[in-house]
Amino acid sequence: MTIAIQLAYLLASILFIMGIKLLGKTKDARKGNMLSAIGMLVAIVATLITLDILSFVEIFSCMLIGGAIGLYYAKKVEMTQIPEMVALFNGFGGLASLGVALSDHFLKTAVLAVEIDPVNSISIIASVLIGGVTFTGSMVAWLKLNGKVSGQPITFKGQHVLNLALLISFLVISVFTFLYQSDPMYITILVVMALLVGILIVIPIGGADMPVVISLLNSYSGMAACATGFILNNNVLIVAGSLVGASGLILTQIMCKAMNRSLTNVLLGGFGQTVASGAQDGPSIVIKEIGVEETAMLFDSVSSVIVVPGYGMAVAQAQHVIRELMEQCEKRGIDFKFAIHPVAGRMPGHMNVLLAEANISYDKLIEMEAINDEFPNTDLVLIVGANDVVNPAARTNPQSPIYGMPILNADKAKTVIVSKRSMGKGYAGVENELFGYPNCLMLFGDAKQTITKVVSEMKEM
Amino acid sequence: MTLESLIILIYVLVLASYLGFELITKVPPTLHTPLMSGSNAISGITIVGALIATSELGYSTLSKWLGMMALILATINVVGGYAVTDRMLKMFKKK
Repeated sequence: MTIAIQLAYLLASILFIMGIKLLGKTKDARKGNMLSAIGMLVAIVATLITLDILSFVEIFSCMLIGGAIGLYYAKKVEMTQIPEMVALFNGFGGLASLGVALSDHFLKTAVLAVEIDPVNSISIIASVLIGGVTFTGSMVAWLKLNGKVSGQPITFKGQHVLNLALLISFLVISVFTFLYQSDPMYITILVVMALLVGILIVIPIGGADMPVVISLLNSYSGMAACATGFILNNNVLIVAGSLVGASGLILTQIMCKAMNRSLTNVLLGGFGQTVASGAQDGPSIVIKEIGVEETAMLFDSVSSVIVVPGYGMAVAQAQHVIRELMEQCEKRGIDFKFAIHPVAGRMPGHMNVLLAEANISYDKLIEMEAINDEFPNTDLVLIVGANDVVNPAARTNPQSPIYGMPILNADKAKTVIVSKRSMGKGYAGVENELFGYPNCLMLFGDAKQTITKVVSEMKEM
Repeated sequence: MTLESLIILIYVLVLASYLGFELITKVPPTLHTPLMSGSNAISGITIVGALIATSELGYSTLSKWLGMMALILATINVVGGYAVTDRMLKMFKKK
């Protein structure tokens, strides 16, 4: 029987690995996701069959409840809310790992009354720490993303000292937890501390840094699963957990590189605040406005267009009307593309999903490195809801807080139109000198409304 | 846990992490959001852990309640994660 379940777990592991491999090609990706889901089914069914389960009804009803909630949420969620959903699910994963760890601890100490060996104890404590941090950290990220808590970084004096003190005490109490296993007090303190650390490490992180945090929490949820695998001596948990852990870490690294910041710098937080104070001494810039009709005429006269989307496009839900704009342009034989910055949006790849939802072919979505040389030969660039990722200060002004961050060279195009609600700073709180450039025109108003008007003007031409 | 079985688990951890790094660097940036929600679903593998934890006890204890909670949460994660990833991937079309 154990051989059978081990083989089933092996099969599940292979399916997970093949699933991720297929994600490497856009056309095979859906098949990959399906394989991975089958792998999960194999692992679950095998576990259910092999275990001598006394309360099959209970287990079945738990899975029914969870499955219904998950399915409902997956169907209902808007594509703009995907970062929130991922944050929330990461949190659930963390809490589940915490639950398994505690369950195992109480089983051994209170029910079976056996000694927990050092390796097992370390696994349980690691699972409590990572699971707890993932849970509360993700919840804070979720609240920040859906706007229930301000996206501004929350910092206070002595924050880092407090975090350090908490971590040291965690280690000390971990030792007590091992030495006095039958006393439930110590493990309870550990849980509380882990939950607290999770909150404390995410509150100082600002809205624009969310892609990094979500990627990191994603990685943590994988590591938590790994730790659970060590508790239960279970290979499939370790394989799946390490795949997720690796995926989250790679995305974290990509996001950090795209912002030219180190992970420590992001985690220590408070970025937006220092920036806001520094930006005021910059020279005031003179901007030029453009109206809807002129914009339509401009679009009618050019031969190449690149759109730079940002989080503001998602907020205004402007992606569908941008597709209509694309159709109008393509009818006129205008070359129309999208330039995607790695940190545009609130999670890695966020813009691609939004544009795919608006029925825009994915071969039109070009990554930063691939498109940056094309800007000087482009007639018109339309920037919708993006700011920091096109701020030339990142190249030219060593004083700027975003200096050194790789940006889209939109300013090099012949004409740049910026669709923006009003004059204001980007999410990093940085003044954008691009708006004062001679080739830059500002199209003020809600992106969805103004672009809708531009499209209807173009239809009449 | 014996040292031998620990070593085997560490082997698995190291090799799987290495493989993960190799495979995931090949995923195009276009698919990073589905990658994340998909891997999110995979991390719901804790469901297996939760099943084992729950089944170890046939009677009502704290341990069992914790296991059941973990089971519900992990199922939300798995089902929701795969369903939303599929919904997203369905939208990626080339014309």
